[in-house]
Amino acid sequence: MSELIKKTAAELVELMAKGEVSSVEVTQAHIDQINKVGDAVHSFLFTSPETALATAKEVDRRRAAGESLPTLAGLPIAVKDNLTTTDAPTTAGSKILEGWVAPYDATVVTKLRNELMPILGKTNLDEFAMGSSTEFSAFGPSKNPWDLTRIPGGSGGGSSSVVSSFQSPLAIGSDTGGSIRFPGAVTGTVGTKPTYGAVSRYGLIALASSLDQIGPVARNVLDAAYLQDVIAGHDPHDSTSLTQSLGSMVAAAKRGSLKGKKFGLIKQLSGAGFQQGVQNRFAEAIKIITDAGGEIVEVDCPSFDYAIDAYYLILPAEASSNLAKFDSVRFGMRVTPEGNPTIDKVMAATRELGFGPEVKRRIILGTYALSAGSFDKFYGAAQKVRTLIQRDFDNAFAKADILISPTAPTTAFKFGEKVADPLAMYLNDIATIPANLAGIPGMSVPIGLADEDNLPVGIQFLAPNYQDAKLYEVGAALEGILEGIWGKRMIDFAPNLEVK
Amino acid sequence: MAKANLMDYEKALELFEVVIGLEVHIELNTKTKMFCGCRNDFGDEPNTNVCPVCIGLPGSLPVVNKKAVESSISIGLALGCKIEANGGFSRKNYFYPDLAKNYQTSQFKDPIAYDGALEVEVPSGNKFTVQIERAHMEEDAGKLTHIGGATGRIQGAEYSLVDYNRAGVPLVEIVTRPIIGAGSEAPELAAAYVRLIREIAKALNVSEARMERGNVRCDANVSLRPIGQEKLGTRTETKNVNSLRSIERAVRYEIQRQAQILADGGSIIQETRHWHEDKGSTSSGRPKSDADDYRYFPEPDLVPVQPSTELIEKLRSELPENPADRRKRLAGEWGFAEMEFRDVVNAGLLDFIEEAVAEGAKPQAARKWYSGEIARIANSEDKDVAEMNITPKQVAELATLVESGKINDRIARDVLSAVLAGEGNPGEIVTSRNLEVVSDDGALIAAIDEALAKQPDVLEKIREGKLQAAGAVIGAVMQAMKGQADAARVRELVLERASRA
Amino acid sequence: MSEITPDLVRHLAGLARIDLTEDEVIRFTEQLSVIVDSVAKISNIIDADTPATSHPIPLTNVFREDVVLPSLTQEQALSGAPDQAQGRFRVSAILDEE
Repeated sequence: MSELIKKTAAELVELMAKGEVSSVEVTQAHIDQINKVGDAVHSFLFTSPETALATAKEVDRRRAAGESLPTLAGLPIAVKDNLTTTDAPTTAGSKILEGWVAPYDATVVTKLRNELMPILGKTNLDEFAMGSSTEFSAFGPSKNPWDLTRIPGGSGGGSSSVVSSFQSPLAIGSDTGGSIRFPGAVTGTVGTKPTYGAVSRYGLIALASSLDQIGPVARNVLDAAYLQDVIAGHDPHDSTSLTQSLGSMVAAAKRGSLKGKKFGLIKQLSGAGFQQGVQNRFAEAIKIITDAGGEIVEVDCPSFDYAIDAYYLILPAEASSNLAKFDSVRFGMRVTPEGNPTIDKVMAATRELGFGPEVKRRIILGTYALSAGSFDKFYGAAQKVRTLIQRDFDNAFAKADILISPTAPTTAFKFGEKVADPLAMYLNDIATIPANLAGIPGMSVPIGLADEDNLPVGIQFLAPNYQDAKLYEVGAALEGILEGIWGKRMIDFAPNLEVK
Repeated sequence: MAKANLMDYEKALELFEVVIGLEVHIELNTKTKMFCGCRNDFGDEPNTNVCPVCIGLPGSLPVVNKKAVESSISIGLALGCKIEANGGFSRKNYFYPDLAKNYQTSQFKDPIAYDGALEVEVPSGNKFTVQIERAHMEEDAGKLTHIGGATGRIQGAEYSLVDYNRAGVPLVEIVTRPIIGAGSEAPELAAAYVRLIREIAKALNVSEARMERGNVRCDANVSLRPIGQEKLGTRTETKNVNSLRSIERAVRYEIQRQAQILADGGSIIQETRHWHEDKGSTSSGRPKSDADDYRYFPEPDLVPVQPSTELIEKLRSELPENPADRRKRLAGEWGFAEMEFRDVVNAGLLDFIEEAVAEGAKPQAARKWYSGEIARIANSEDKDVAEMNITPKQVAELATLVESGKINDRIARDVLSAVLAGEGNPGEIVTSRNLEVVSDDGALIAAIDEALAKQPDVLEKIREGKLQAAGAVIGAVMQAMKGQADAARVRELVLERASRA
Repeated sequence: MSEITPDLVRHLAGLARIDLTEDEVIRFTEQLSVIVDSVAKISNIIDADTPATSHPIPLTNVFREDVVLPSLTQEQALSGAPDQAQGRFRVSAILDEE
């Protein structure tokens, strides 16, 4: 395994800036790793080594010419396949979009191009980001590099597995109910869901518009900070895009401090229902935080007990509408039944065959939640719960600077374990969902391995809206202490993937 | 399609009370679409004024056109509405291939404007107050072309083609409360109401407001209830009524059709009906059903619209003269008799005459051409004046040609026919056809001499005081000059000759 | 007891334009019954006075100036179309033959 791919994004940027290594070398090293482990891990739905190397060459040429370059210029990256790209297909993990090439780039993709980052490819996801395991991808699941028989989390299991198997130093994810943070927790990586509106959603194939947020996937907090600083910022194409700057995440990560801060332990998200090994690591993290000068307070968020329920009404409702455009008229797959079918029958046949079971299940549920007789009881009521959850957060943040919980109730589970039981699958997101309902930023940071299975466990930090920097400040500090204790990085505990 | 039985109109009104409701869509004339920066122009090559937003590509997001919101507020204020302080957009979900996202971004619970009223005058001079329930912003759909089958209609087509240039064009939909009490004048009131809405939109300069181009579209709801009954009857919604005349006819037709069904003991099906201009009748569309569960919910991709008091008051201060004041002013400026003016208004000729006057026509001349000629021809061809192939500028040119004596009235009518036939402007037609009145007395005198030679006793009769005898000579001269002579001048010359001899 | 019945699932699938198989109708009826019974408990903690939240961040009045931006070319617009003719998207007949 090349030394280069083990380095952090920050280290690679520094080496390239100093001229000690070229972008072509860095990019090629990652392409070599993709060639080596790509099939086994199945992180990518599409790889674009030629275009990545072309960008790398361009960066090297401009660097040699003495041009001033953007911070992450030449650093390769992978993009979740629910972001549109003009030079690669975009599938959102669905058969209904197979082979579609968008005529426009997502704003985040444009930002990566402007940053001169070689794009290695598009990463796997549960179909339309509906899932927690990538088992609902129409193109087969991605594997967890820590144990190939286990899920890498979802929906962004492609992005989490790509960084945890060293195929890319960084990746882009999207988080609607935990799709960045849960995969981060179960693959021993770092993932952030920024404040809603911090990163433009233009070009992100919508799952639930009021919950979706794009964010960074990385192997450590500083690397995630670098990526968030690149992708954040106002976009006039997104009406929900924030206009104010949230400051430098890199500066916050470098500042790294736990001291004097109040950490709110969410009563509803600890203890019962969480795997023992997860609880053990979480308890140790709390002790470390206290030892480092942080103060722990308990906060009560009673409405969180209803967060999953509200979420599984709001999400399907919005998704049922967002996915209506997949109708075989302007793009994507078309299935024409026998005879001379009307357009209605063509649409219905296309959507039957083009969508997978979880997508259809949620569309039906969402259609129900919005329909005339049940709107008030379901969708309308869920929006009220959303208000209560925001109030609980407001009260909690009046007592604490940062809220903490384990990111996920369990470590990575085995393929097939929950796929037939939607409710069990939905429970994976119990700790991550409240942040999406309230819009607030959250981050998952690895805190060690569970005793039972030696699989990664993550802690979730939550901050008030617009205060993403706080996540990076405390996340980097905790990570630094843990690495000091372990004598190495979390990811270095991962077994070597010696495949073919 | 079986032909419906229609009850005699007068009889229908003896048995039933008419309730109508009108939904008028106004297409705004903003430069760009409602939610994206594509050109608001759908006459262009198909699918060229489109982008990821208005063809509903995955990942695209809407952004509201500020001008469209301001225009909508202006319309609301002109309708006497209150302006919603905290409104927003909702999604109306239904599948149709001209609807790119399979939901229409519209407004639901919180329309931009609500609770207005308009006073509407019908041809009899009666005035009715029409209550406006709401005016809301929404986007237009694309355009379907049906291929195959007999007539380009949706029925029997083999396939259809979709052009999304119109998709996302800003619309304001104005909805009335049920209008009760217009009695036999309900059809006229419906047309007069829509005419007034058009006038308002034009005066505000927020729309081209041309019905024949679909800038203004009307859906007419009609229901009947037995005289004395409290409960409203089942209504039908007639769509595709795209001229003022059609609105009047469609409402009248529905009254007669529904009356007959109810009188026969039948019941009205709540349904959409289509108006057929050619047949002068409506036909059944689809019945209202569960499929009309539009599953409205707040558009999560757009944020609330909260117009400031300052903006509302600024727009209010910029409102143009209201239509009633305008009518009063024009009546004074033009000096028409009261009946003349009312006829002009009721025939929907106010705008045309105003424009023709602005282009230099004398008001009476403009009125004469529009009321006497153009409206008459339009009527005989079953068209609206707006559909006639002549501009107010051309009418002004025609009137000026007559005024200056270059052509006479009879020639002018020929020129009008030529203009309507698309032959060009009046001046060009007069020149190319060499129609200018012969004002050269020499040529006229030669023709008079020739005529007198054939009727030598005419001069004597005139001298005896039988002036009507000149008619025979004038007729002969006009015939000889192929009508291109000023008959009054010919008469003068003949009388002059008689007095000289 | 759940209100989800196979007929309701068929109706919803019709609204959502999905031609579900009978197997799916049965399976979704069971699964959605469980889900709906579970999520219905949210009505326990809300009342009529609780305001609804549709947007997580309280932005208002986000507008675009009425300025023309570049459109796609016709070729780009049609690039993903399953079928096209005469510069337009082609679709099957909208109405059944009578």
